[in-house]
Amino acid sequence: MQELITRAKELLADGTVSRVLGWKKGDMGWDPEPAYFDKEEDLKDFVYNPFCGANLSKYLIAAGKLEGTTLVFLKPCDTYSLNELVKEHRVKREKTYIIGVGCHGTVKAEKVLNAGIKGIEDAAIEGDTLKVKTLYGEKEMPLMDALLERCQVCKGKTHVVFDELIGAEEGEEAGPGELAGNRFAKVEELEALSPKERFAFWQRELSKCIRCNACRNVCPACSCLKCVFDGNQFDSSQKANADTFEEQMFHIIRAYHVAGRCTDCGECSRVCPEGIPLQLLNRKFIKDINTFYGEYQAGADTESRAPLTDFTFEDVEPGIVNERGGGR
Amino acid sequence: MYRIETAGLAELFAAISETQDLFLPLRKADQTNYGLWSEGEPFDLDTLKTVKSAKDCFFPQSEVLYRCKSEDGKLSIDPQKLCDRAFVVFGMRACDVKAVEVLDNVFLSEPVDTFYAARREHGTIVSLACHEPEETCFCANFGIDAAAPGADVETWIIEDSLYWKPLTEKGEALTESLKAVLESTEKETPAEEAEKTVAEEQEAIRKIIEKLPLSHLDLSRFKPEHTMELFDSPLWEELYKPCLACGTCTFVCPTCQCYDIRDFDGGKNGVQRYRCWDSCMYSDFTMMAHGNMRTSQIQRFRQRFMHKLVYYPANYDGLYSCVGCGRCVSKCPASLNIVKVIKKLGGEV
Ligand code: SF4
Ligand code: SF4
Ligand code: SF4
Ligand code: SF4
Ligand code: SF4
Repeated sequence: MQELITRAKELLADGTVSRVLGWKKGDMGWDPEPAYFDKEEDLKDFVYNPFCGANLSKYLIAAGKLEGTTLVFLKPCDTYSLNELVKEHRVKREKTYIIGVGCHGTVKAEKVLNAGIKGIEDAAIEGDTLKVKTLYGEKEMPLMDALLERCQVCKGKTHVVFDELIGAEEGEEAGPGELAGNRFAKVEELEALSPKERFAFWQRELSKCIRCNACRNVCPACSCLKCVFDGNQFDSSQKANADTFEEQMFHIIRAYHVAGRCTDCGECSRVCPEGIPLQLLNRKFIKDINTFYGEYQAGADTESRAPLTDFTFEDVEPGIVNERGGGR
Repeated sequence: MYRIETAGLAELFAAISETQDLFLPLRKADQTNYGLWSEGEPFDLDTLKTVKSAKDCFFPQSEVLYRCKSEDGKLSIDPQKLCDRAFVVFGMRACDVKAVEVLDNVFLSEPVDTFYAARREHGTIVSLACHEPEETCFCANFGIDAAAPGADVETWIIEDSLYWKPLTEKGEALTESLKAVLESTEKETPAEEAEKTVAEEQEAIRKIIEKLPLSHLDLSRFKPEHTMELFDSPLWEELYKPCLACGTCTFVCPTCQCYDIRDFDGGKNGVQRYRCWDSCMYSDFTMMAHGNMRTSQIQRFRQRFMHKLVYYPANYDGLYSCVGCGRCVSKCPASLNIVKVIKKLGGEV
């Protein structure tokens, strides 16, 4: 962490960057907040630990409107989001200085707290153990039980875009498998259910939704200036679920809007106050895209044409939907 | 005061739900929220704080106000029936109980909100003391006593017993109606002994509260006479930056009271006019025919905290409209919250 602070100070001092976007120590050891640091001395509150789950790339849309270059710290998975934002012309790459930071996984505070670890001050990962510094001394728990879902199935430790790396190495492998592996396992489980069972699963999950929009607002793929759910001309206005069908509509529409652009960064399910496994909706699309158009990872680069916005004669016929639905 | 075995709770709940609706913290899809209980369903009294507060029981997230329909050129209006069925909410914590007072001030003063008033009239609140307050709790700053949660009936769960103490007329009436089951499941305990056990539990709770990290915030600057000084503070600029403008903090909050009124156009089936919670964090909050008076997120962010800490107390005798439940502390996706605002603007950091 000290290395990150030192480097940020240097870049601020020599004028390479005008501000730093990172994470700031919170009131509790487990709630660092995304923050801008404009001056070297502000960096005393900078923190980077396993609680820094927040993906900072979306903040660069706003930062891009400010004078000068912004230094941002990105974890491997965050860099896919940044690339996608650059590809969609939402973030200016030339106004962004990226330091790729090494990552061994980020944890869900709730899981650590629910494991009975109280008075948290700091945490670090050692192998497959999460070591937590608390008011009551050093505590530990199995890393796997504390990780955010996205980290349990991490895409890999490679930063797909960066200006420099700290605590990470170029082309670093590991990632899937090292942690848990198949990110499509749960999707496959759902696919194997009958339509009725699947409906029941989603109804149970989505009926918890409080329509707070945190999933949408945190999503780097959801960057529309005015979301369709915010218009007051539209019946599905953002604010409430008129009935159980409507909440599905919000989620289904959102999943369609981000299809092919969702990098599977896991932010939606990280922030959902009701713990809804939103990643499963998006992963279903990713899985289908892989099946029908060949492996595609949104955000892996900034040039390639995305399958859903491209046309080739090999594309699947729309009739596939009918077939897969059992011809109903 | 009655003392019954916690093992007998399901029986007690069944007795309540025989004659009225019962709202309990229910565990569904890994989360605990208040919901209408039906016999046999598991309930969860161990989770200290439900994700959403108990506010829905009195002021639901969305409710229909009336339906109207035009048929053969004739317009018919079908008003929504007001709540006319008695119900009980069991397990509300001291903070959520206090929050009802905050809502009462707004909805029961002229012009009275009839939908809310009908629910308040028909609802009886059974509170539950907080055996293990959490580090996000800061109710103590608002004069709330987690060890004596108040409401119509106060309860404590101590080891395997539930102590039941009616406080109001409504509470007495509920107790009277449950007499048979309360007495049949009662554990014979001399009154003084029960009082003593509860007093010890209360002392233990208060000791924990005293030690919580957020129990001693300095609220002295949050006074109506500092309104303009706080409003114009340059600190908002830094505070609001990470805010995602979602509605999490407002929707999990037991005291947030803003709502919007909208129409659901069902075409031939007519129109449903409904109201639903609004959030000051949303871009069309207070949108009116002339436009919107808050056009930036910093203004909307400031509104939320100025309302809780300055405007509301100015209108209601110094009562803050935050009860320190800490839900926004644990749920904000950007780890912002009212405590950070209190500390920063209050001059602590
Ligand atoms: S998904 Fe992988 S790279 Fe991203 S935070 Fe988790 S462990 Fe780190
Ligand atoms: S974050 Fe969760 S509760 Fe909020 S709108 Fe999204 S799914 Fe619903
Ligand atoms: S303060 Fe937090 S919870 Fe509230 S709107 Fe902002 S990001 Fe969402
Ligand atoms: S502002 Fe936050 S702590 Fe205060 S009552 Fe609302 S949710 Fe609870
Ligand atoms: S804030 Fe106070 S009353 Fe509310 S749950 Fe925590 S200890 Fe109990």
